[in-house]
Amino acid sequence: MKLKVNGKEFSASPPPGECLRMFLRDLGWFSVKKGCDAGDCGACTVWVDNKPVHSCLYPAFRADGREVTTLEGLASEGKLHPMQQAFLDAQAFQCGYCTAGMIMTGAALSDEQKKDLPHALKGNLCRCTGYGSIRDAFDGKTNVEIDDAGKSSGASVHNPFAEAIVTGHAHYTTDVPLPEGTLHLKVLRSPHAHAKIVSIDRTKAMAVPGVVAVYTWEDVPRRPYTTAIHEDNRVDPDDTYLLDNVARFVGQRIVAVVAETEGAAEEGCRKVEVEYEILQPVFDPEEAMVPGAPVLHERGIDSHILHPERNIFLELHGEVGNIAEGFAEADAIYEGDYDAPRQQHVHLETMQSLAWRSDDGRLHVRTSSQGPFIVKGRLCYLFGIMPADLHVFTERVGGGFGGKQDMMSEDLSLFATMKTGRPVKWEFTREEQFIGATTRHPMKIHVKLGAKIDGTLTAIQYRIVSNTGAYGNHGGETLANGMSGPWAIYKCPNKKGDGYAVYTNLQCGGGFRGYGTTQPTFAMESALDELADLLKIDPIEMRRKNVVGAADKMEAIWEESSDLTMGSYGLDQCLDAIEKALASGRGLRKPEGDDWLEGSGMAISMLDCVPPTEQRSGSEVSLLEDGSYHFTVGSVEIGNGLVTAQQQVVAQIMNCPTSRVSFINSDTDKTPYDSGTFASVGMMVPTKAVENAARALHEKIVSYAAKSTKTKPEDCRIEDTFVVHGRRRTPLTELRAAAEKEGENLAAFRKAYGSPRTVAFMAYGVRLAVHRITGEIQVLFSAEAVDTGTVMNPNQLRGQCIGGVVQGIGYALQEKMVYNDSGGVINAQLRNYRIPAFADAPVTEIFFADTYDSIGPLGAKSIAENTINPVAPAIGNALKAATGVRFTALPFTEDRIFAKLQEIEKSPAPV
Amino acid sequence: MNLNTVKDLKRPKSADEIRQWRDGYAWLAGGTWLFSEQQVHVDTLIDLHTLKWPALTAGKDGLEIAATCRIAELYDFKPPKEWRSGPVIGECCRSFLSSFKIWNEATVGGNLCMSLPASPMVSLVVALEGILTLWPRDGAPREVLATNFVTGNHQNVLAPGELLRSIRLPAEALSKNFAFRRSSLTHLGRSAVLLIGTRAPAGDVILTVTAATAHPVQLRFKGSPSEAELRDAIDSAVPDSLWFDDVHGSPAHRRHLTYHFGEEIRKELEA
Repeated sequence: MKLKVNGKEFSASPPPGECLRMFLRDLGWFSVKKGCDAGDCGACTVWVDNKPVHSCLYPAFRADGREVTTLEGLASEGKLHPMQQAFLDAQAFQCGYCTAGMIMTGAALSDEQKKDLPHALKGNLCRCTGYGSIRDAFDGKTNVEIDDAGKSSGASVHNPFAEAIVTGHAHYTTDVPLPEGTLHLKVLRSPHAHAKIVSIDRTKAMAVPGVVAVYTWEDVPRRPYTTAIHEDNRVDPDDTYLLDNVARFVGQRIVAVVAETEGAAEEGCRKVEVEYEILQPVFDPEEAMVPGAPVLHERGIDSHILHPERNIFLELHGEVGNIAEGFAEADAIYEGDYDAPRQQHVHLETMQSLAWRSDDGRLHVRTSSQGPFIVKGRLCYLFGIMPADLHVFTERVGGGFGGKQDMMSEDLSLFATMKTGRPVKWEFTREEQFIGATTRHPMKIHVKLGAKIDGTLTAIQYRIVSNTGAYGNHGGETLANGMSGPWAIYKCPNKKGDGYAVYTNLQCGGGFRGYGTTQPTFAMESALDELADLLKIDPIEMRRKNVVGAADKMEAIWEESSDLTMGSYGLDQCLDAIEKALASGRGLRKPEGDDWLEGSGMAISMLDCVPPTEQRSGSEVSLLEDGSYHFTVGSVEIGNGLVTAQQQVVAQIMNCPTSRVSFINSDTDKTPYDSGTFASVGMMVPTKAVENAARALHEKIVSYAAKSTKTKPEDCRIEDTFVVHGRRRTPLTELRAAAEKEGENLAAFRKAYGSPRTVAFMAYGVRLAVHRITGEIQVLFSAEAVDTGTVMNPNQLRGQCIGGVVQGIGYALQEKMVYNDSGGVINAQLRNYRIPAFADAPVTEIFFADTYDSIGPLGAKSIAENTINPVAPAIGNALKAATGVRFTALPFTEDRIFAKLQEIEKSPAPV
Repeated sequence: MNLNTVKDLKRPKSADEIRQWRDGYAWLAGGTWLFSEQQVHVDTLIDLHTLKWPALTAGKDGLEIAATCRIAELYDFKPPKEWRSGPVIGECCRSFLSSFKIWNEATVGGNLCMSLPASPMVSLVVALEGILTLWPRDGAPREVLATNFVTGNHQNVLAPGELLRSIRLPAEALSKNFAFRRSSLTHLGRSAVLLIGTRAPAGDVILTVTAATAHPVQLRFKGSPSEAELRDAIDSAVPDSLWFDDVHGSPAHRRHLTYHFGEEIRKELEA
C-alpha cells in the first residue's frame, strides 16, 4: 500500500492484523504513544485524511491511499499550530505523555465541540495535570512567565522540554529506533492465586517460528531480592525470585519468552505447558493471620519476614502516654472502621525497558524507572555484574506516582540480553499494569478518639491492617509511614497504634503518592469530624484546637529521637485559606430540585518531606566555554517538573535566565549517584545538591574573578553573562578561558543528604451536591491550600496540586479494582477502571501559604504526595454534611451509597 | 493493538464471496472493538468496507441504516421535524463511553453485534422498534425485531458467519414523542441504565430498558400506566437474575434507577 505520513510518501505492506499505531511507530513517528492500546486513553490520536482517530484501533491496511498526520507533522513551515502554541503557553502537560493525543484531538475540534470539552475530550486521559492546565490551554491562557536573569525563583518559567513535548519530539523510554536484532520479551502469567509448579514443558513454545528462548525458574539465578527501590534494601523483605516455582497471585510472572517479534513471543507464551499443583489461597489479611491459614512464605529471618507462619511481614506497635487514662478523661468518644482500598497508578506510559550489550562488552538498560541507580545495584547483585560494566538510565519518563519505584521490567530484559547477547525490549501492556504491577495498599483502619467537652483530644488509638499482597515490597515502609504522619499532626498526650502488614494471595501493594498515609488520613480525618459532630464543634475549629503548632513536638506513637524538625510552619494559613474559600460561596450552584442535597467538608494532612530511610544525591555544576552553565544530577524527571526547578535554582544563584542552564539527569554513567525520585524528595535532596553545587561554583567564580582582577571577592558579583567588579565587566567566557589556561576548573561538585527533614502541610475543602434518590455526586467547589515554603514555580506547583486533587477525587469517587473469587482482577482495562476524565475533574483553586523553609533549597519544600491525602476524607465529610450519613468505605460510587440515602428527608424547598 | 494471530485479510466486493464460514474468521467493520482486545482465535479478517453499502437512506417509511454506517455519519444525520423521536438518535450516540474520534470509525452494526448491555445502538433500535435484516451464509436473508436480537450480555441471535446487513427504523416509531434518561457511575461514563420511553399522541406507552439489564426489556402499556402498574410491569418483566452486575453498576442500584427514571419518563409522557 501507499500512503502519506506528514507529507512524506511511504509504501509498505503491513501485516493484516497490524494497527496504525504500531505501523507509524515502526516508521519512526514516535509521538504516537501507547497509553492503553485499546482506544480508551487517546494518547495515540492521529489524523487520517484530517479526521482524528485512535490509531491503536485503526487497521493499518486501511490507511492505503490516505494522508496521515501525527503531531510531528502538525506544525507547518516551522510555525506551531495554534493548539500547539496554546499548550506551550499554558504549559498544559506534566509528564507530557498524553500531550500528543491531546493536541491532535484539540486541533481537530470544531468551535461547537470546544464549547463542550467534557464531551469532546472524553477519549483523552491525563493522569498528571488533573486537566487544570489543559483547560487553560483551551481557554487561551498563558501560564508561562518571562525568564529574567536572577528572577527565576518564584517565576513560572517554562519547562525545558516544553517545545519538544508539544512538537512530538520528546523521547520516552522506547521512543528510539530499536537496535538491530532486538528481541521482544513477553511473560506467561499465573492463572492461579496459589500454586506450586510441578513441571514446565517448553517444547511447543520453542517450536513457534521466531521464538529464540524460553526461560523458567530453573534458568534464572535463585537469589532472593525485593522489587522495591530503596537506598536501604533491608527495609523490604527478600521474598522474591526473578522467576519462582511457586505462584502466589494471579498475574505473577512464571515464564519469559523472547522472540524476533512481539507476536511470536505472545504465541510462545500461549504454547508453554505448565503443570500446577493448586494450593489453597487466602485473600483476606485478617484470615491470613489466623493460625492454620495457608502460608505464603516459608523463609524466616534471612528474608526479614517477622512471622512467616502467620503471614505477617511486619508488625508495629507503640504507645505514648497512657491510652486507657486518655479515654477515661474523655467526655466524648468516637469509634469507627474505615476501608481504604487499592488504587492503580495508571501512569500513562507503562513500565518498559530496553537492554543491550555494546561492542565494548558493557551492558545498558534504558528504563522508565524512578530509581535507576538502585536498579543498577540490584541488577549487579542479581546477575553478578561488576558495577563498571552496567549502565542504567532514563530519558523522559511518562509518569510514575510511585508505580515505577519497583524493579519490574529491567531484570528479565537484562537477563535475556545477557543470555542471548542481543538487545531485548519489554513493554508492559495496560492489562499487565493492572494484574502484574503494584497498587496502593488496601488498608482496614479501626480508629478510636476521645476528647474533652471543649474539643481537646485526650486519646487517639488506631489499628491498621495493610494487605501487602503476595510480596512485601513497600509493605513495611508504607505501614510505618501510615502509622506516623496522619496521627502526629494532632497534639494528644495519649496515643496508641497497632499495625500489621500481611501477606495474601493477591497482587502486591507498592509505593503510591501518599505512601501509606493516604489511607489512614482518610480514617483519621473522617473520625475527627465525627468527634467534632458529637461535641457540636465546628470541624475547622476542632482542628485549630488540636493541630501541632510551630513550636510543638511532632509525635505519633513512638517516643524516640527523630531528625524530623519544623523547618517552616504554614498549617494555620492553610486552615484559614480553606475556611475563607468555603465561606466565599464561589463555585457552581447546586442543581435545581429539592432532591439535591448540598454540603461542605474539609480535611488536612502533613507530609514528612523526606523518608526516614536514607536518601542521598549529588550534583556537579560547571561553567561552560560559552559562558553558560551545565549541571548533572541523578534524579528522574517523571513529570514532576523537577528539572525545571533545578534549572531555576541554578539560574537564581548564578543570576542568569534558565535558558542558559543546561543539564543531564538520571544516568548512572553521566550523573552523580542518586537514591531515586520518590517520596517527594525531589526538591529536598537532589535539588538541594544542585543548590549546594551552584553556591559552591558561584563562590569559586567570584573568588577566581577577584584574584584575577585583584579586587576583593565581596566587590565582585555575577550579572548574567558578566562578572562585575567595580566599574569593570568581564565576560564569563573570558574568565572561563583564562581559568582554563591556568588549569583552574570552574566546576563544583556537592552532595546532599536527606537529613534533617522538615514537614509540609496541606488543607483541602470541597462543596458538593448529592442526589438523594440516585446517589449522584457533583463537586461544586474544590480548593486546596498548600504549605510548601518558597514557591519555586507557581504554575508547576499548581499543576502538581490539581493533579493530586483529581487523583484524590478518582480515589474518593470512582476508582475501584474488582477481583473475582479466584483472586483475578476483572477490570484490567481503562474503560472498566475509570480514572477521572476531563468531565470528572472540577475546577480547583490553589492557595499557597507564605512560608520559607530553613532546610529546603532556597526555602522550598516537598509537595507532590501531600496533595492527594486530604481529598477523600474532605469529600466524605462533605457527604456527611449533606446527608447526615457517614460513609466509611471508598470509593463513594453511587451504586454503593444510594441505599443509605433513601431514608433522608427531602431538603426544604428553597424559599 | 496489533492482532498478531491474524494472518489473512479478505476484501470481498460482495458478501456472497464469503460462502464457507469457519472458526477463525471475523467480519471487520470499524475495528474499534476488534482491535481493542487480543483476539487469539481470529486468524482472518473480512473487511466490510469494500462492500460499500450506502450508510443511510431516509424515506417516507422511515430510516434505513446500513450496518456499516459509522456512528459519526448517524450523528450528523438531521432527521425531519415530523420525526419527533429523531433526537433519540443523537442522544444514543452521545451515550457511548467512547469519544467522537471512535465514532469516526465505529459502526452501528458493530455496536449492535457487540450486544453489550450498555451498547447504545441497541437502546436506539429497540426503542424505535427497529427491524434488522440478517444475511446468513447459507440461505435467504431474514428479518428479526430489534427487541429479539440481543439475548444476553455479549449474546445475540446471529449464527456463525451470519451478517447484520441493515436496520430499518419505521416512520411510525420515529414519529412518536419520546423521553430519555441515562445514568452512569462517572460523568459521561458507561451507561448503568439507559431508558427510553415513546408514545404517539394519546397512544400507547412503550418503555425500553437497556444497560440495566443483561438484554433489552421492552414494556408496552395500553395508554399510559399508573405508577403502580409501571412498577409491577418492571418487576414481572425483569427477574432478579436479569439485572446486570458489572463494574459499571450494581443490580440493586440499576433496579432502583429503573424505577426512578421509569417513573420520570411515565410522568413526562403522560403530559
